[in-house]
Amino acid sequence: MAKQIEVAGLDAYYGSHKAIEGISMTIEPRSVTAFIGPSGCGKSTFLRTLNRMHEVIPGARVEGKVRLEDQDLYGPEIDPVSVRRTIGMVFQRPNPFPTMSIYDNVAAGLRLNGRVSRSQLDGIVEDSLKGANLWNEVKDRLARPGAGLSGGQQQRLCIARAIAVRPQVLLMDEPCSALDPISTLAIEDLISKLKQDYTIVIVTHNMQQAARVSDRTAFFNLAAQGQPGKLVEMDETSKIFTNPAEKATEDYITGRFG
Amino acid sequence: MATPTRTTESGPALRRSAFRRSRGDGPFRFASTGAGVVLLAIMAAIGLFLVVKAVPALQANTSHFLTELTWQPNATKPVFGIGALAFGTVLSSLLALLIATPVAVGVALFISHYAPRRLASALGYVVDLLAAVPSVVYGLWGVTFLVPFMLGPSTFLNDYFGWIPLFSGESIVGKSMLTASLVLAIMILPIIAAISREVFLQAPKMQEEAALALGATRWEMIRTAVLPFGRPGVISAAMLGLGRAMGETIAVALIFPATFKISFQILGPYGNSIAANIANGFGEATEVGRGALIASGLVLFLITLLVNMAARFIIARRKEYARAAA
Ligand SMILES: Nc1ncnc2c1ncn2[C@@H]1O[C@H](COP(=O)(O)OP(=O)(O)OP(=O)(O)O)[C@@H](O)[C@H]1O
Ligand SMILES: [Mg+2]
Repeated sequence: MAKQIEVAGLDAYYGSHKAIEGISMTIEPRSVTAFIGPSGCGKSTFLRTLNRMHEVIPGARVEGKVRLEDQDLYGPEIDPVSVRRTIGMVFQRPNPFPTMSIYDNVAAGLRLNGRVSRSQLDGIVEDSLKGANLWNEVKDRLARPGAGLSGGQQQRLCIARAIAVRPQVLLMDEPCSALDPISTLAIEDLISKLKQDYTIVIVTHNMQQAARVSDRTAFFNLAAQGQPGKLVEMDETSKIFTNPAEKATEDYITGRFG
Repeated sequence: MATPTRTTESGPALRRSAFRRSRGDGPFRFASTGAGVVLLAIMAAIGLFLVVKAVPALQANTSHFLTELTWQPNATKPVFGIGALAFGTVLSSLLALLIATPVAVGVALFISHYAPRRLASALGYVVDLLAAVPSVVYGLWGVTFLVPFMLGPSTFLNDYFGWIPLFSGESIVGKSMLTASLVLAIMILPIIAAISREVFLQAPKMQEEAALALGATRWEMIRTAVLPFGRPGVISAAMLGLGRAMGETIAVALIFPATFKISFQILGPYGNSIAANIANGFGEATEVGRGALIASGLVLFLITLLVNMAARFIIARRKEYARAAA
């Protein structure tokens, strides 16, 4: 189920503005990879290039290679829609579909793929909600609007929605930044559990969080405002946080830096 | 013991100084309240005037105003009723709405979510422009072009789909209920499209991205994230269009054959509407005739009022759901 991602020489643009430049890395399967770095260095942009969500912004484009195992995700014959089905995404702010019930939110992705029987759907919805550690809290009110849940529950609902389509990779862009510490812990626990089945990439501004949940950490930085963001270094999380190779990384994680 | 007295003393003083109405507020309140009162008074006066004019005619009527079909208020023994006119008004407007809404929603979606940015803004501009074209222009176009043109398609419909009651009938003409409804549809289409486009553009990007990230195609994204969000807006746009279609005078007065008959054969030489009848008949009307036309106008007003209230009710119910969801 989980697959490796390999990125080589990737640049991403918004119109004529180059947001990130020359990024190459390998993201290991069944592990959590954290992206850290100052605001505006292109973490979200890079994350969105991994499932071809970058190009839905008008004028945005990508150069370089992204491979999922042996498939070139930007190959000419590749349908971006199928890439997004394979590589799921969880956003910074919980965004359940407001007009849909909890059940329908989780089922939304499956219904897009069409032709799933009701009993099959019931099973997958239950499994996904259990997978997102939300089942016990909502099992009695699956027909209620998904937007009626608390922020932390909504975010777990969004995770359930993302894993319901059985992706191979799960991308998370600051999934806890809008949540309280307890909900954050719930999601971190969930991430540790999900990494047994999925390749997980998480963007975070929270150093402790990166240290707690991730196996490998990538540090991004930009030379100056207006310059494209670059990958400074990527290594085992324990190494990045104790003995980074680059001075800039050390400055950033010790807080001697913007 | 001394402390409570002090607070009661300083309490009102504080209130007076801190919460005194600011200086500009008084005149503004006066002006806005005054304007509101004057407006209401004028409207009440107009309504009263119309009712006063209508009542004698209704008393002179020798038939039942609400059920009678014919319209002969100028005869020595006046016979008139709103039946056929109200029927024609409602049927032509509903047909127009049925034709216009799907097309308008399609146009709006194309502009908001499919067309490249340049084309979208150009098209949006054209739609806004079309919405501002005076209705008499559509009416003249309808009479000179659409009426003769529709004879062919109408005959075709009658030949091959005559088994559908709407398309049945012996005599097929260009000046039919269908042609009038088409002109109305074309007239209200730009308004519905313009409002729907505005609503669709406001659909939250967050939800659109959520759908795309689940592997939705563009159409699936629109179905999951844009249409549910835009539904109340589209309903109000459609109701606005319906109101305009029902009140439309000139465009349909030129096309309707001005008969007083209730018929669902929309290809035949039947059809009339309250507004068209007023436009056609006011010139030569007697005193009673005018009163009768005014009475019919009041009925039209009531119908549009009902439609608007229904629309508000639908939207309010959906809002309640949205609020419960939020
Ligand atoms: N939709 C957009 N249109 C144009 N430029 C954008 C857009 N989104 C981001 N950018 C630019 O791309 C650069 C990288 O932004 P990005 O959002 O990827 O940074 P980030 O590292 O995720 O920051 P943060 O930590 O604040 O989320 C920034 O210079 C930003 O201004
Ligand atoms: Mg970001």
